[in-house]
Amino acid sequence: MILPLKLEGVSFLDIIRPLSLEIGAGPSTIILGANGAGKSVLMRLMHGLLAPTTGALRWQGGEPGRRQAMVFQKPVMLRRSALDNIRYAVRLAGARDGDALAAAALDEVGLRHVAHRPARVLSGGEQQRLALARAWALHPEILFLDEPTASLDPSATREIEAVIRAFDTSGTKIVMATHNLGQARRLGDEVIYLHQGRVLERAPAEEFFVRPASAEAAAFIKGELPWV
Amino acid sequence: MGITPALAAAFITVASTTSTEQSGLFKHLLPLFEKHSGISVRVVALGTGQALDMGKRGDADVVFVHAKPLEEKFVAEGYGVQRFEVMYNDFVLVGPKADPAKVSGTKDIVAALLKIKAAAVPFASRGDNSGTHFAEVSVWKAAGVDIAKDQQSWYRETGAGMGPTLNTASAMNAYALTDRGTWLSFRNRGELTIVVEGDKRLFNQYGVMLVNPSRHAHVKQEAGRRFIDWLVSQEGQMAISSFKINGQQAFFANAR
Amino acid sequence: MQEFPGLIWDPRLWQIVGLSLQVSLAAVAIASLIGLPLGAAIAVGRFPGRRSLTVILNALMGLPPVVVGLLVYLLLSRAGPLGSLGLLFTPRAMVVAQTLLILPIIAALSRQAVEDAWREYEEQLRSLGAHGLGAALTILWDIRFSLLTVVLAGLGRAAAEVGAVMIVGGNIDGVTRVMTTAIALETSKGDLPLALGLGVVLIAIVLALNAGAFLVKEAAQRRSG
Repeated sequence: MILPLKLEGVSFLDIIRPLSLEIGAGPSTIILGANGAGKSVLMRLMHGLLAPTTGALRWQGGEPGRRQAMVFQKPVMLRRSALDNIRYAVRLAGARDGDALAAAALDEVGLRHVAHRPARVLSGGEQQRLALARAWALHPEILFLDEPTASLDPSATREIEAVIRAFDTSGTKIVMATHNLGQARRLGDEVIYLHQGRVLERAPAEEFFVRPASAEAAAFIKGELPWV
Repeated sequence: MGITPALAAAFITVASTTSTEQSGLFKHLLPLFEKHSGISVRVVALGTGQALDMGKRGDADVVFVHAKPLEEKFVAEGYGVQRFEVMYNDFVLVGPKADPAKVSGTKDIVAALLKIKAAAVPFASRGDNSGTHFAEVSVWKAAGVDIAKDQQSWYRETGAGMGPTLNTASAMNAYALTDRGTWLSFRNRGELTIVVEGDKRLFNQYGVMLVNPSRHAHVKQEAGRRFIDWLVSQEGQMAISSFKINGQQAFFANAR
Repeated sequence: MQEFPGLIWDPRLWQIVGLSLQVSLAAVAIASLIGLPLGAAIAVGRFPGRRSLTVILNALMGLPPVVVGLLVYLLLSRAGPLGSLGLLFTPRAMVVAQTLLILPIIAALSRQAVEDAWREYEEQLRSLGAHGLGAALTILWDIRFSLLTVVLAGLGRAAAEVGAVMIVGGNIDGVTRVMTTAIALETSKGDLPLALGLGVVLIAIVLALNAGAFLVKEAAQRRSG
């Protein structure tokens, strides 16, 4: 177990103000906020792609290594087959039996039939599912998702959400940034509300949507609703 | 098998001049020599100055050029073993048919050059330290002109081989001094024609030397010697004299 | 050699064409083997002097062939440091000169291509745990179709180059005479039609190589996106 992850006074330039957070195993966490609130930067800080300007991140269980993974809004697929994209990730992680892991992951996201197609000619939704399969193959303890459906149509979005739920069910901790309230409701157990680089609120999802504690969160919920 | 180890390498490198290569002389001679000896000859064609430098650096086994004083110096300084005279032809002054400097009709190359200078009409010089360039400078000297110092806009140094220099002369209707072999095989003559020939100062002697093996141990001396011996032999001399460009004899064998 | 139209039946022409291709392709192969990873490493790596190296590499793209030829000549000359190898005036010497000439082109252009791709790939590859040389090689393979253009640029320069191969090869008939030096020779003999004819053959060959590479690239790209 690498979790929990502790952020202590972590800041990044003036995008993320010094904040402290603990992300533990268990229920899924949604990072919610308007565009420009700092969601993506916070995800990248936690994933380790960015180094904090101040403060420190600590994985309580030691070096996270490949025990954590991230799926981006626009996944980058290598110019090779769908299966080989997963194999590539598995090989980098140093896992043995990569072919079996890769095939199982493709099955999991329902992409077995395109295993040998070039990944770059798949549709946007298929590519995002492939990105999830690439993460799945490594059985991460925690999965960061940065607006994974923001560039997808509703039916592709439903498919992605189903895969995310399956991750959740299998015991992987989900941390997902989104500005989509409907998605946050469908997938989130708890919500961290981010506003101008600050955590204004952290609450169980049901409580948050019914009784937001901050005026900003209340306004956000009200403003976003019509476009869910 | 009869082939000695020294010949097993089976080729020698000869540093020579553009005039011998471009006239087609080597294409005529080398198959004959190869048939005679089993040795193939690789010719690198440069200006005489460069060809001698190549010999000095040890990058050739044999040097076959045409600037007697430079060759004698080459041997005297120990770069070459011994100089053999092989053949001669002559230099000719070519110029536009219209002959703006009015030099044709004389055999006197010195008088012709002085007329060109007086008329200040374009003259294209190799300017490349080649045998032909060396000969040209000597004729200017005979005319009492130090052309290296006394250059004006009508005197154009191309810094290039004989062919490119003739191309330049042809393009700007300039006079130029060229060896007869290159001239005979040169196709892009345009308005150019021979205006002065036959002056004994235009005599062009070719010599051949083995690069000194005591300076450069890798020199293929046996094969190189056989090439030189063949060139000055009766067979080689006859081969040289039988070479013709458009029916005209281009080189005159004169080995002693 | 003969007049131009009959020329294409002359086996000596095809010997020259063959040598041209051999020398240029060998040079491109060696320069690519070194230049592609070098360009990728500079694009992906973060080390002191990286920017100066980029500037130097870009400048070296304009390296005058005659200078390269002269340097290789002095290096390989019997009086030079590598003289004992006896490489001067051989096709190998020409390969060495052309390799030096096109290495900066291939390295600089591939650096640019990899750097552009790196912007797209960096986060994803780092997230997957790729870094350093591994990441660079991954990108090289992924942009292989764009790199084909880089390699062709190198081949074009090699095949068209005359100054360096003339000096280190010596334009020896049947041994080191290639298309460009043959053209230079016929030009200096004043046989401009023949020189032009050889030039047309050279252009046709380079064109055919490019067309072939283009078709292969198109087909492969359609398959792998």
